[in-house]
Amino acid sequence: MKARVTVTLKTGVLDPQGKAIEGALKSLGIDGVASVRQGKVFDLELTGSDKAAAEAAIKTACEKLLANTVVENYRIEIA
Amino acid sequence: MKAAVVVFPGSNRERDIAYALELTSGVKPALVWHADTALPAGTDLVVLPGGFSYGDYLRCGAIAARAAIMDAVRAHAAKGGLVLGVCNGFQILCEAGLLPGVLMRNSQLKFIARNVHLKVERSDTPYTRRYNAGAVIEVPVAHGEGNYIADDETLKRIEGEGQVVFRYCDASGVVAPKTNINGAMNAIAGIVSDNRRVLGMMPHPENHVDPAIGSTDGRALFESLTDSLQTA
Repeated sequence: MKARVTVTLKTGVLDPQGKAIEGALKSLGIDGVASVRQGKVFDLELTGSDKAAAEAAIKTACEKLLANTVVENYRIEIA
Repeated sequence: MKAAVVVFPGSNRERDIAYALELTSGVKPALVWHADTALPAGTDLVVLPGGFSYGDYLRCGAIAARAAIMDAVRAHAAKGGLVLGVCNGFQILCEAGLLPGVLMRNSQLKFIARNVHLKVERSDTPYTRRYNAGAVIEVPVAHGEGNYIADDETLKRIEGEGQVVFRYCDASGVVAPKTNINGAMNAIAGIVSDNRRVLGMMPHPENHVDPAIGSTDGRALFESLTDSLQTA
């Protein structure tokens, strides 16, 4: 199984990198982008086949390391 | 004073801290490797130095906060031991949950390396007793991610409890948006834990301890620590 974890900043947390990218898109003349928020993607190769167990383990990984839940949200997808 | 300076892969200010501690206390601190699981017996003070632990991968301080030695550092803090984190050390303390909040990318996206002025908000901590409350000191900063952020409730709590120890200000002590070098909430440069035993700060007091450098404004922080431990 594979899993993808997407970590994004919580709404309301200032994202200076997103703002810089937003400015760069504007300067490239790309219209129609109201705002940009930058996040992170982690692709995990899993050894087991128990989806529920994998989800629980990845949730722990997110809470303990992959995300800083003070300012970040995370989303887990397992395929 | 028995001090232990933790060295992570990528730490680069451990010798500066060790020099400042030895200069002010007369005792050489122990350097402790991140993969160790115990602090030297009788450690009074643990210092997490500045640098780029684990290359700042994932988030600054995130991987260091989960290093083997950190369980011992947590246990040391839990029993009221002193823990000082400077720059990357501050980031590690926040990531480890020993201090509230988090340090984000500087709001103007620039790495800042220069001297700044700091207002010492409190003299009633083990780290600042040799300063007068309201004093203005000049110390260097060198960081790309020093923008202190906490949720509203946390910010209100740490302000209300007097946990903010240092703020970015101008030479006369005025805290204003233009003196806030990295966009930190309320211009916060350093905070202590609720029991005031753990201090995290972005600026580097260890680099202003020797007259040869041109300033000794940071020296009182280390002298305060020596005093605190002698009278404890």
